[in-house]
Amino acid sequence: MPAQYPDKPSLSTTARMPVGDGPRPETPIVPKGSISGSALVAVVAIMTFLAALTTGAVVLIAGAASEWQSDVAREVTIQIRPGAGRDMESEVGKAVQLARAVPGIADIRPYSREESARLLEPWLGSGLALEDLPVPRLIVVKIAAGEAPDLAMLRKTLTERVSGASLDDHRGWIARMQVMGRSAVGVGIAILLLVLAATVLSVSFATRGAMATNQAVVEVLHFIGARDDYIAAQFQRHFLVLGLKGGVIGGGVALLLFAVASVIGDFFLGTATADQVTALFGSFSIGRLGYALVIAQIILVAAVTTWTSRRVVQQTLEAVE
Amino acid sequence: MIRFENVGLRYGLGSEVLRDLTFEITPHSFQFLTGPSGAGKTSLLRLLFLSVKPTRGLINLFGRDIAALDKDSLSALRRRIGIVFQDFRLLDHMTTYENVALPLRILGKKESSYRTEVVELLHWVGLGERMWALPPVLSGGEKQRAAIARAVIARPEILLADEPTGNVDPSLAQRLLRLFIELHKSGTSIVVATHDIALMDQFDARRLVIHDGRLHVYD
Repeated sequence: MPAQYPDKPSLSTTARMPVGDGPRPETPIVPKGSISGSALVAVVAIMTFLAALTTGAVVLIAGAASEWQSDVAREVTIQIRPGAGRDMESEVGKAVQLARAVPGIADIRPYSREESARLLEPWLGSGLALEDLPVPRLIVVKIAAGEAPDLAMLRKTLTERVSGASLDDHRGWIARMQVMGRSAVGVGIAILLLVLAATVLSVSFATRGAMATNQAVVEVLHFIGARDDYIAAQFQRHFLVLGLKGGVIGGGVALLLFAVASVIGDFFLGTATADQVTALFGSFSIGRLGYALVIAQIILVAAVTTWTSRRVVQQTLEAVE
Repeated sequence: MIRFENVGLRYGLGSEVLRDLTFEITPHSFQFLTGPSGAGKTSLLRLLFLSVKPTRGLINLFGRDIAALDKDSLSALRRRIGIVFQDFRLLDHMTTYENVALPLRILGKKESSYRTEVVELLHWVGLGERMWALPPVLSGGEKQRAAIARAVIARPEILLADEPTGNVDPSLAQRLLRLFIELHKSGTSIVVATHDIALMDQFDARRLVIHDGRLHVYD
């Protein structure tokens, strides 16, 4: 018996266990691997997965809406109306030359008389005699990416030098597209906020459930004199690990899903189905912003789990005092 | 060491469970706290280990008025008090050794710095062969001794034990009493809450008797 203890009382004694000098791994103060802890990881994983999917969907919609707008905005149309004694082919040639002279134009494609007829076929039927109808001729002008040609000047020049010419920059369509795109993104963000709120609430409740099983640990630590900060730190560390574990599983699976979808999209590139899907949803890649948002959600969920555990520890300590 | 002056305690809006308690616990003293069930023994112990605050009166602990202390100061005072709970309150996921070492671990000490001390104490309370066992496989007596070892490992100035012999047979109860007496000899003040008259008759010590919420001291 060490000197600091009095003589040993008449309790049965035993042979001593070997005690080494090396460091011994310590059991964590907060028990690991409880059923409630596993349930919390599952809840965090599922909710992070759903939130990440919603985020990805919103990013895709926002990207697609932006692409629709820019596709339309990158195209302007020159229209040349027929008139009495007007040489349409010559006027078309002049308009093409004037458009080509404007910097920032990528491509100019005048529609031939036959192509113009085909455009009217859905309304007027086949076998048209265009000579009998005042059908205008169209020239599709594509603007180079990132360029902003002086369309006002082109419009002015065309009006002055090509008889019957006008320029349509699709402003009306673009305005409609913008409203539609903004609406779609707005609805998506509203859904995302709801999913995030549901995630935060469910993770918070699941954390409280997991903490309830640890109330005895909090009380024992408190009564043997542990400071409140020390107790809170033990639980914060434990629940941060659980939150990150669930978040990484849920967010990771979602990211994997987006990566697979992107690869599958690339694999079917050029097919009719892929073209249709691409027209609707863009490239099906959520890009850096999407990945960053999903990672931010993982961090958010882990932070909510950690903060809730701290709050529950504080409430438990207030209750036992 | 501990001084109560006109202390009263009530829970919520109920009537007072403890009334006008005025007494002192001196250093190196031994006392039994007794009284019929429901008389307020556990409530008085809770006041002593700062689990509840009095609704009136003054409690002076180690020279400090507890009403004027912040949370960290109260935690520091709790570290000077050892508590043995009636239901032991051992952490089931930790070995007996780790449970006993917990008061030192929360101070941030390294395991290697207190290992010998904890092992010696476990041998002293007769748990040398059970130090790596988890509490669920310990007997009632072993759990009680582990709880006592945890309460004294950090060398508290006072040890409070709530019905420490309530769950053990008379023979073990007598041995546990010997343990408290030995700790008392080493300089620790002891308060043993019990309604076991036979146990109290085995050692001549001061008796604090609670009846109807009032305290009667028999020196």
